[in-house]
Amino acid sequence: MQEFLQNLVNGLAQGSVYALVALGYTMVYGVLQFINFAHSDIFMLGAFAGVYLAMWLGTSLPAPVAAVVVTLGAMLFCTAIALLTERIAYRPLRKAPRLNVLITAIGVSLLLQNLGQVVFGSDPRVFPPLIPTYSLFGTEGIVINNIQVLVITVAGLLMAALHFIVHHTKMGIAMRAVSYDIQVASLMGIPSDRIIMFTFIIGSALAGSASILYGLSYPKIEPLLGVMIGLKAFVAAVFGGIGNIMGAAIGGIIIGLAESFVVFYVSSSYRDAIAFAILILVLLFKPAGLFGTLRREKV
Amino acid sequence: MRASSALKQLLVAIVVTAAIWGLGWVLEDNINAYIVRVIVNCGIAIILALSLNLVNGCAGQFSLGHAGFMGVGAYISAILTTVYGGPFFQSPLGVGLAILSGGLCAAAAGYLVGLPSLRLKGDYLAIVTLGFGEIIRIVFLNIDAVGGPRGLPGIPRFSSFFWVYLCAAITLVVLKRLSESSYGRAILSVREDEVAAEAMGINVAHYKVVAFVISSFFAGVAGALFAHYQGFIDPQSFNFNRSVDVVIMVVIGGMGSLTGAVLGGIIVTLMPELLRVFEQYRMVIFPLILIVVMLVRPMGIMGYRELWHFDWFKKIFNRKKRVAAEA
Repeated sequence: MQEFLQNLVNGLAQGSVYALVALGYTMVYGVLQFINFAHSDIFMLGAFAGVYLAMWLGTSLPAPVAAVVVTLGAMLFCTAIALLTERIAYRPLRKAPRLNVLITAIGVSLLLQNLGQVVFGSDPRVFPPLIPTYSLFGTEGIVINNIQVLVITVAGLLMAALHFIVHHTKMGIAMRAVSYDIQVASLMGIPSDRIIMFTFIIGSALAGSASILYGLSYPKIEPLLGVMIGLKAFVAAVFGGIGNIMGAAIGGIIIGLAESFVVFYVSSSYRDAIAFAILILVLLFKPAGLFGTLRREKV
Repeated sequence: MRASSALKQLLVAIVVTAAIWGLGWVLEDNINAYIVRVIVNCGIAIILALSLNLVNGCAGQFSLGHAGFMGVGAYISAILTTVYGGPFFQSPLGVGLAILSGGLCAAAAGYLVGLPSLRLKGDYLAIVTLGFGEIIRIVFLNIDAVGGPRGLPGIPRFSSFFWVYLCAAITLVVLKRLSESSYGRAILSVREDEVAAEAMGINVAHYKVVAFVISSFFAGVAGALFAHYQGFIDPQSFNFNRSVDVVIMVVIGGMGSLTGAVLGGIIVTLMPELLRVFEQYRMVIFPLILIVVMLVRPMGIMGYRELWHFDWFKKIFNRKKRVAAEA
């Protein structure tokens, strides 16, 4: 029972990070119908931005303030890079076949990864402990530390904020309209390009915050960091029904939990396989994911 | 008439085989080993690109797990020749059989992956194939008998320029014939419009699976050749990046074009080598080129066309036929 609870907390913390990254995938997919492979590398860049910003700040600010500043800085940096890629690589392809956009996204992803290796070097870096880790609950058996609680809380707050934006603001209504039908939305006077930019801004800001949360819990950062996390987050998005915001959040958490249980009860070497196995099983029975709706093609 | 045409084809086959053998003999003796290695890698890439082209280009099903099938072929053949390797599997016939079994096992894996594709479309299919590819890799990572993460060393180096390019030629001929047969037309119709194809009485699900199985077979063969050329394989050789490379080959060459796939295979293999002058920046320049190609020429180099659709090609190679027809 103790182990079960422990894994529940670990999985929830890990899953929150996946969920935050998955939201970026699912939102871009919602409006543009393509897998933004570069999203995982935006996440990686966020983590590096955090490392450099924290180094630059040093100990000039009290720890909680520094953590907030670093997080905001990483979010800002991710947003800037995401907008840049959208403007240079994706916007000219708005009318191109979807596969071309997908390949371009893969190209952008490879570019950011390889550029990361050139600029940051391929050796892992240590993410500075912005907030000292201490146990909130228990020292033996089940241990919950402050970082885990922080990760889960911040992720929960961000998701609540996202829910508010999407469902209760004008921008959110416009986003949903664009994702429902981009052409009709434009006819209704919605500036679709601006809405798409806004979607990228929100998605990448979430990735930026997720990267700092990740760095706090797993302080080893490298340029290829985004690859596996990105794949799993994307799997989470598909699993929940891609384009569906709630689905991505729930999918991320389920995958985080599944991983944590598999590592404990089966073997850590199957950790990376479980996400894909769950995905395939779910898609066999629900081809559009858990919360997705399958549009039946009619002639 | 038919007997003479069959005889002619046999003759052409013999001449091509001899030409590849001769070329391999000349190259391997006279040219820098590094260049030969790059050329052979091009051959393996050609087989991979041609096979993926059947699924991505012809059937229009987006697959992101090609490296997985390649891995199955590589591991199965390497297990036969290395782990169980009796004297039989050291003989050319045994190696041929090992490579063939690699291809067949990959085809079986392709059947397994093809089945869910009956229900899935577009990006969902892409992500499921990606998942299968990763699962295959992770399974090999966890089998200690084949070295697990350490990889499987000591595979006899049986592949050579000759075998790789012979297989590439066979792949090209088989896939060209296939694309011109009723099967190929049916597969193409699935790409163009599934609903319309179904209305014309084409069993869409069946043809998708056929495309997957054939494609995985050749990917498995390419993997087996790769294993017996490198002499060492590890699960990392068959990761997601390898699948992405193959997709890039197909897209750069032109989706659905066989000669485009050949060209793509060569370009994507050569590019990192040619860019070595830029040292650590070469892996930065390569994706840049990819992005620029997508922005400037979205249909890839060849588009839907084949080499033999161009006027100048027809002029050179069909002259004899025309002269004969006029006489």
